[in-house]
Amino acid sequence: MNWSSRTVDANAWIAAGERLRTGQVSLVSLWGEPGVAHLSLIDESCKVEVLHLPCADNRLPSIARLHAPAIRLERAMRDLFGLQAEGSPDTRPWLRHGADYAFLPADGESLHQIPVGPVHAGIIEPGHFRFTANGETVVRLEERLGYVHKGIDALMAGAPFERAARLAGRVSGDSTVAYALSFSRALENATDTQVPQRAVWLRALMAELERLANHFGDIGAVCNDAAFAIMHASFGMLREQVLRAADACFGHRLMMDCVIPGGVRSDLSPDGALRLKSLLVALRKEFPRLVGVYDNTASLKDRTVGTGTLSEELARRFAAGGYVGRASGRPFDARRSPGYPPYDGLRFEVPVVHAGDVNARVWIRIQEVEQSLALLDQLLAELPGGALATALDTRSGEGLALVEGFRGDIFAWVRTRGDGRVERCHLRDPSWFQWPLLEAAIEGNIVADFPLCNKSFNCSYSGHDL
Amino acid sequence: MRRILLKNVLQGPFTDAAPEPDPAALAELAAQLDRTARQRLGRTLSIREVDAGSCNGCELEIHALNNVVYDLERFGLRFVASPRHADVLLVTGPVTQNMRMALERTYAATPDPKWVVAVGDCARNGGVFAESSACIGAVSAVLPVDLHIPGCPPSPTALLRGLLALLETVK
Repeated sequence: MNWSSRTVDANAWIAAGERLRTGQVSLVSLWGEPGVAHLSLIDESCKVEVLHLPCADNRLPSIARLHAPAIRLERAMRDLFGLQAEGSPDTRPWLRHGADYAFLPADGESLHQIPVGPVHAGIIEPGHFRFTANGETVVRLEERLGYVHKGIDALMAGAPFERAARLAGRVSGDSTVAYALSFSRALENATDTQVPQRAVWLRALMAELERLANHFGDIGAVCNDAAFAIMHASFGMLREQVLRAADACFGHRLMMDCVIPGGVRSDLSPDGALRLKSLLVALRKEFPRLVGVYDNTASLKDRTVGTGTLSEELARRFAAGGYVGRASGRPFDARRSPGYPPYDGLRFEVPVVHAGDVNARVWIRIQEVEQSLALLDQLLAELPGGALATALDTRSGEGLALVEGFRGDIFAWVRTRGDGRVERCHLRDPSWFQWPLLEAAIEGNIVADFPLCNKSFNCSYSGHDL
Repeated sequence: MRRILLKNVLQGPFTDAAPEPDPAALAELAAQLDRTARQRLGRTLSIREVDAGSCNGCELEIHALNNVVYDLERFGLRFVASPRHADVLLVTGPVTQNMRMALERTYAATPDPKWVVAVGDCARNGGVFAESSACIGAVSAVLPVDLHIPGCPPSPTALLRGLLALLETVK
């Protein structure tokens, strides 16, 4: 990946904020460490910049003042490292709970509030949603997150590579492969390590299985939230088949800790390739039938078409990744561009639609399932032989990676100490930019459609709360 | 011949009216049916899941319990939407500082008798997050725990085995 890193002064920091404001670049992430703030940007040609700003007196000019997607990142940075973004439009705490929290006001006639969470009705992660509604219509949704904040930034500092990789694999369990991969690639980038070809391909094999399992789960769950239970049951079965195959091939249903810095933990089981090929046959038989049911059930489409529409302008401004962005006309997919091996040598399409509603986010998933099936064919057909892992150099360095998880691009930045330990690591979940867009997409919809909209976004709480 | 038939029609059958069933026999059979029904249907627990800081890996596998393969409800186990309807709290995660109050309130809202099941390695001892100052660690540091189901995450089968064991002991 083409990227550069430099230490800047406040003027250059503000200039970067201006480039964000005018849309010349997109925000990748903003994070801190004691005394230093970091900002990462990506331009049209997918060149990534990382700016480091030493902060005298723990103060820095606010980027959020110029570019709203940075608001929550700045609030989190202040909570975690005491770095104050001066001029920020929102100075309330974010990850640090405890004090009273003032929700944003909503003025108007006949408004009422509905507080939901942090403990929700289903088997879901915790978070608080504050709806302000006029009758059934939502006029404002405000999220309050941070309930599952586990202090991962602090745990990463000083962690040996192996432990750090285990932590990365537990930032968001549903994306454990993508996180372990993103972290490992950043670490390999920092230490200039070349991963053996077989490991590169096995990693992609796992990543596509993870994508399939999650997309199956999501499509079924969206239908379930429209009270169409048969699809939930059928897609639950497809998901279970993928997880069982993953267990048989790699020894863990979610493939946790299977990607390690330098390669992969273990080889595909002896009958793994055969097992996966028969899985692909089974999925190809069942999946199109279910897609047909989705497409031909008017009462189901009635719930998903035109519901929870996200505008292309907002998706672009917030650099929304994954199906959220690609359902609203933003064609970004980290596998394609900046790209990383083995995807640069594989044939696949990046589906994009423009409607931006729940139905569009379902269709992107459906098309991505088809792409993943085609990728798995290629990966299995051309799986190279050779070593599974290589030892990492322990030099000190800085590295980064963008990896496409099922939900979107996962950014990893790491600085190593030179003794086989991580000095600092930052992992940015795609949800950081998707959560605020959910607030926008629900506006004007009825309260009863919130579960449907929420599931179509399926943002990670844990990945966001760190 | 015709007279006999006519007479029989007019006279009605000779058959005695049905006697009342023997109360003793009824009681015996009812007891037997009751035992069988209790065995098959009478064991039920309502479960409220609480994520107290999980990475969501445990939630994925708990979710899988509801799919057609594991079909949790055939055992009389079901997930409910409110702690007020629950017998069991299924708690995951290394109990973050930010979830402590919500977890305690959920426990307080659950009527007695109640059981707490700590699911996953994080809920048992904090797992990989044990050293974090943002986490309290084991669920047992906050609530009385009746059962631990270890794993990272525990497979749906491991979860089922744990829950069925709980069902055996509480009936």
